[in-house]
Amino acid sequence: MRARTLILGACVLLLLAAPPLATWIGQPYYIELLRRVMIFAIAAVSLNLILGYGGLVSFGHAAYLGVGGYSVGILAFYGIHNGWLQWAVAILASALVAFAIGAISVRTRGIYFIMITLAFTQMLYYLGISVEEYGGDDGMRLKVKSQFSGLVDLADPVTFYYLVLVLLLGCMYVVHRVVHSRFGMVIRAAKSNEARSRAIGFSPYPYQLAAFVIAGSMCGLAGALLANHTAYIAPAFMDWTRSGEIMFMVILGGMATAPGPALGAFALLVVEDLLAGWTQHWQVIVGPLLVLCVLFFKRGLAGLLPGGKDG
Amino acid sequence: MNFILLFEQALNGLQFGVMLFLMAAGLTLVFGIMNLVNLAHGSLYMVGAYLTVAAVQWTGSYPLGVLLGLLGTLVVGMLVEVVALRTLYERDHLDQVLATFGLMLFFNELIAILWGRAALYTSLPAYLQGFIEIIPGSIYPVYRALVIGVGLVVGAVLWYVVAKTRLGMLIRAGASNRTMVAALGINIRMLYTVVFGFGAALAGLAGLMAGPIYAVQPGMGELILIQVLVVIVIGGIGSVRGALVGALIVGMVDTLGRAFLKPLLAHFISPPAAEAAGPALASMLIYLLMAVVLAVRPAGLFPAKSS
Amino acid sequence: MASAILEARELRKSFGALAATDGVSLELREGETHAIIGPNGAGKTTLISQLAGNLRPDSGQIRFAGEDVTHLSAPARAHKGFARSFQITSIYRDFSALDNVALAVQAHAGHSFRFWKAAHEERMLRDPARAMLEEVGLGARADVRAANLAHGEQRQLEVAMALATRPRLLLLDEPVAGMGLEESQRMVQFLRGLKGKRTIILVEHDMDAVFTLADRVSVLVYGRILASGTPAEMRANPEVRRAYLGEEA
Repeated sequence: MRARTLILGACVLLLLAAPPLATWIGQPYYIELLRRVMIFAIAAVSLNLILGYGGLVSFGHAAYLGVGGYSVGILAFYGIHNGWLQWAVAILASALVAFAIGAISVRTRGIYFIMITLAFTQMLYYLGISVEEYGGDDGMRLKVKSQFSGLVDLADPVTFYYLVLVLLLGCMYVVHRVVHSRFGMVIRAAKSNEARSRAIGFSPYPYQLAAFVIAGSMCGLAGALLANHTAYIAPAFMDWTRSGEIMFMVILGGMATAPGPALGAFALLVVEDLLAGWTQHWQVIVGPLLVLCVLFFKRGLAGLLPGGKDG
Repeated sequence: MNFILLFEQALNGLQFGVMLFLMAAGLTLVFGIMNLVNLAHGSLYMVGAYLTVAAVQWTGSYPLGVLLGLLGTLVVGMLVEVVALRTLYERDHLDQVLATFGLMLFFNELIAILWGRAALYTSLPAYLQGFIEIIPGSIYPVYRALVIGVGLVVGAVLWYVVAKTRLGMLIRAGASNRTMVAALGINIRMLYTVVFGFGAALAGLAGLMAGPIYAVQPGMGELILIQVLVVIVIGGIGSVRGALVGALIVGMVDTLGRAFLKPLLAHFISPPAAEAAGPALASMLIYLLMAVVLAVRPAGLFPAKSS
Repeated sequence: MASAILEARELRKSFGALAATDGVSLELREGETHAIIGPNGAGKTTLISQLAGNLRPDSGQIRFAGEDVTHLSAPARAHKGFARSFQITSIYRDFSALDNVALAVQAHAGHSFRFWKAAHEERMLRDPARAMLEEVGLGARADVRAANLAHGEQRQLEVAMALATRPRLLLLDEPVAGMGLEESQRMVQFLRGLKGKRTIILVEHDMDAVFTLADRVSVLVYGRILASGTPAEMRANPEVRRAYLGEEA
């Protein structure tokens, strides 16, 4: 167990040291890259709650990146730049959408659940495309980042980086506590053996719906961060292939583990970045890699760490 | 409302529905029999379109090109099944979803490498370019009418094969009890490969027929795949009958919705609002429909399997 | 005077053309231990599933303590005092034995919309769970992952989980299935200790268990109750013997 904590602690230290290091070697690009990785790590952490721990294979998680991003974008469009307000709306709107989609989807099981979450995400995607007012297919630019009146300036790449890092660690801690609480136990029990859960008196539906809403809200926050990071929001944020990528991060990193999602986000995005630098057709390599990973590497990266399951 | 316009749009809806059915039938058969969710089904649609375009260009003959394209897709489908999908039958749905997702990415990029990302132009022979008069006063493109015809014929053949032939019986038996069928000496693996190939051919047919109507470009499969999933969910997973009913409903609702929702809304709310809300709502229509159907029948209209 | 705590009236359940439950009526007094026996395929598990709420009967009624529970879901019945063990061991394989029982306790300790405090630290859940494990004889194995327990221990865990919910009615589906001689005898002795304190429906093939534990026995054949009475009466009943032993009765 100690070795595992040391390794993970080292990772956090590296992340903390990255901006000064990157500046020192004259490659500020890495600050941008790592910040992007961490934002997607937050999305993956939120998906891990319902997918990894809860067994709910939601193929529509990227929708909340869109809802969160567009909340920021649309408010900014109308001249509202207050970060607190924007991000609060991002989280609340995501919670509402998650509630609406979850209320219908969570009643279903297995393959139906996968397909329905997928279909609902696409619905939001098409909605995004068809609303010309907010850029339609091309999306909209975010000219002014979320303002936090003197507290943090998101226009400064390094400050923004540390904010994202803090939020990532915060989200991981929240998920950690939720997963070990009574609530988390019910979610995990429902995944492990639903018949048994019902027999002892648990009705999984309300708990799974609540988990769905929590995960959606957290991903909405990631969406708000992403909009600020790219200074741009587009329906492509919500594309189902993006959902697939996030799912893959969770699997690659190791489902139902604490460091898993972050490790997965890092691995996938860095590999993509490296491959993209090499060939514009990097997907032809990543595609089969995904297949191989699913077939042969189920335990994920976290499974390689000493100390076994569940950090 | 113009009756002629309504009729034409209804035919378009039927044509779209028929194509959805060809895709949905393959997907739902594969799911019902092999318990495999295959997100790469859209890729087979795309492969069908591309192979046919290439074959037509190569042979200079449309019918020959179509035949080669179909056969090619069948072969590709069976290859994919043997090489990549066999190991997935025993896995859970999450694994299948992710693995076939990876396949989809691979195929998209492969096509882009081979043919580029720009949309391809598919030329139709002169005899398919005209119009026919179905009811007096209304002319309809010959090609689209042909698509409807082909789709209905295939549907009838499919029904016949599954319900009345020995192969169909094997397919249905394999669905309910694999081990037993294998114990009877039937080669289950071969059966699965055949079924999958068949489903691939159906997708390829839909793809090649779609070529002249919609754009032939990388990623074309994904656009229609989502709608096919909606069809299957509405119709009931594993049921060919559900696929037909679901496809026709979705095809009609989507086409008619896109054509008439905006003018319809303009009767009730101000024109600028209808201008904005119309297309948005129209694109969401089939998903709302799916939500309603699921609220009433969580397993779709004609669920085939109980587990 | 002991009143009827569980009544089943004319239960019917068909799967396609097969009538798995064909008009079953039962009456149990409070504190009674009632065994349901019958040849394979008689529909015993289907019956238990309907009583537990996992399966909805096509027709008929189930009443518990005077209340109609026919349309209550399994979780709702669990809160009325039903507890069930499954014929094929159904536990949380990836959790420890203690976690398994603690979850059963948790299901009846108020709502679980508590997001922050670690469930592991709730003595209100852990203490009764530990005590329950001691009672069934698994005290030493509390921290072992359920999947790593021996088969017999897993069956014991099932019973522990059922008991941890403080049920009024226990539905045990073949509790000693797959257990060795010594283990089953221990389980039977343990269950014997529960007699009178709870109402128990026991589905069993093991005749020793049935004769030691049951106050009354019902024989289920092809979805119907062939006969009902004390174990001794059933042993002597010619129809029962025929159902079990074939023509030579």
